[in-house]
Amino acid sequence: MMYGLAWDTSTPLAFATSILPILLIGLTVTVKAALAGFAIAIVMGLVFALLRRSRIRAVSWTTAFVVEFLRDTPLLVQLFFLYYVLPDYGVVMPAFLTGVLALGLQYSAYTSEVYRGGIDAIPRGQWEAATALNLSRLTVYRDIVIPQVVPRIVPAMGNYAVAMFKETPVLSVITILEMLGLANMIGEQTYQYLLPLTMVGLIFLLLTLICSAAIHQLERRLPKAGVPLK
Amino acid sequence: MNWLSYLPSLAQGALVTAEITFVSIVIGGLLSFAAGIARVEGGRIPAFVALCYTEIFRGTSLLVQLFWLYYALPLIGLSFDPVTTGIIGLSLHAGGYGAEIVRGALLAVPQQQLEAARALNFSRRHTLFHIVLPQSLVEMMPAFGNLAIDTLKLSSLVSLISIADLTFRAQSIRNLTLDSTTVYTLTLIGYFLMALVLAAIMRLIERLVRRGAAFPKAAHA
Repeated sequence: MMYGLAWDTSTPLAFATSILPILLIGLTVTVKAALAGFAIAIVMGLVFALLRRSRIRAVSWTTAFVVEFLRDTPLLVQLFFLYYVLPDYGVVMPAFLTGVLALGLQYSAYTSEVYRGGIDAIPRGQWEAATALNLSRLTVYRDIVIPQVVPRIVPAMGNYAVAMFKETPVLSVITILEMLGLANMIGEQTYQYLLPLTMVGLIFLLLTLICSAAIHQLERRLPKAGVPLK
Repeated sequence: MNWLSYLPSLAQGALVTAEITFVSIVIGGLLSFAAGIARVEGGRIPAFVALCYTEIFRGTSLLVQLFWLYYALPLIGLSFDPVTTGIIGLSLHAGGYGAEIVRGALLAVPQQQLEAARALNFSRRHTLFHIVLPQSLVEMMPAFGNLAIDTLKLSSLVSLISIADLTFRAQSIRNLTLDSTTVYTLTLIGYFLMALVLAAIMRLIERLVRRGAAFPKAAHA
C-alpha cells in the first residue's frame, strides 16, 4: 500500500491496474523535476554562453572549463556531490531541489553549446552593421541576435528536454520518489519487479515518442530564417 | 584521513569503469552498424526490427533498462552476473543511439553517387562497402566521439546494480569516512580525466578513418 492506494496481486492485470495510479503520482514528480531542471538549464545555458563570449580572457576561459567539466562528468556523481557536499558547508535544501539543480547544471552545459552554435550562426556582417550603427551590446543581443537565434535552437532544445526527462529516474538515488523509485519500492514490498519496471519503461517510451513527434511538428512550423523583426 | 589513502581504491574502481566503458563502446558500436545499416539497406522486416530496437532503447531511461535487466530478467529465467548485466544494458543503449548516427550518415551520402553506382552496375553490397560506408564513416566519427563520452558518463549508473566501479567505490569510501568533499571531488576529476583520454582516443581514430577514407589510389588512375 502506498499513498493510501492498495494493490491487488491476484492477477497480473489486477496488479497492473492497481499500481498504475501510484506510478502516475510518481510521473508527476518526474515531470515536475524535468520542467524545473529544464528551466534552470535554459537560463544557465544562456548565462554560460554569454560569459564564454566575454572579452575578458579569464572569464571566457573559466567558463569554457566549467562547461567542459560539467559536460564530461556523470550526472550521478554530480548529484551525489551536491547532495552530500553542500550540507557540509551549511547549505541544506530539500532533496528535490538538489536533484533539480544537478539536472539543470548538467544540461546547462549542453544548452550553452546550443546557444553558442545559434549565436555563431549570425552572419558577421550583422555584427559589423550593429557596430557601424553604434548600437549598444544590450540592444544588439535583445533586438538582433536573440530573435534570430531562438527559432533556430528550439528543436535542439526540445531534444535536450526529452533527454532530461529520461534522465530524471537517476534522482531516485537521493530518495526522490519519482516513477522509478516508486516502482522499486513496489517491487521490494511485493517481490514483483517485472511488471512495475516494465510499466515504467512503457510509460517513458510512450511519453518520449509523443514528445519527439511534437518537437518534429514544431520544427516544421518554425520560420526558417528567424523571427521577423518589428 | 589523508586523501592519498583513497586513491588505490578509487583507481581500482576507475579500472572497472574503464573496462566496462570500453567493452560497451565496442559492442555498442557493432550494434550501431548492424541496426543502422538494417534500417537503411535491410529489407522491410530487418528495418522494422531495427526501428523497434532503436525506439525502445532511445525512448526509455537507461536506469530503467538496467533495473529491468537486473531485477526483472532473472524472474523470467535469464540471469547474468552484475557486470554482464551492466555491459548488456550500456551496449544496447549505446547501440540504439549509435544506430541513428549510422543511419543519418548513410542517408547523407549524395543520391547521385548511388545513381552512378547503379549505372556502373555495382552490386548493392559493393556500393555499400566501397562507396557509401567509407564516406559516411568520416561523417559519423564526431558523433561517435560524443557517444563514447556519454557511455563513459552513463557507466556510473552501473554502480546502482552493485558493480564496484568508480562511483561505487566513492560511495563506499564516503559512507566509511563521511569525507564527502574530498571523495567526490576526486571522483569528478577522475571521470573528467578519463573523458579527456577517451576524447583523445576518439579523435585519433577519427584521423585514422579520415586518412583511410581518402580516395584510394586506383580511383585517380
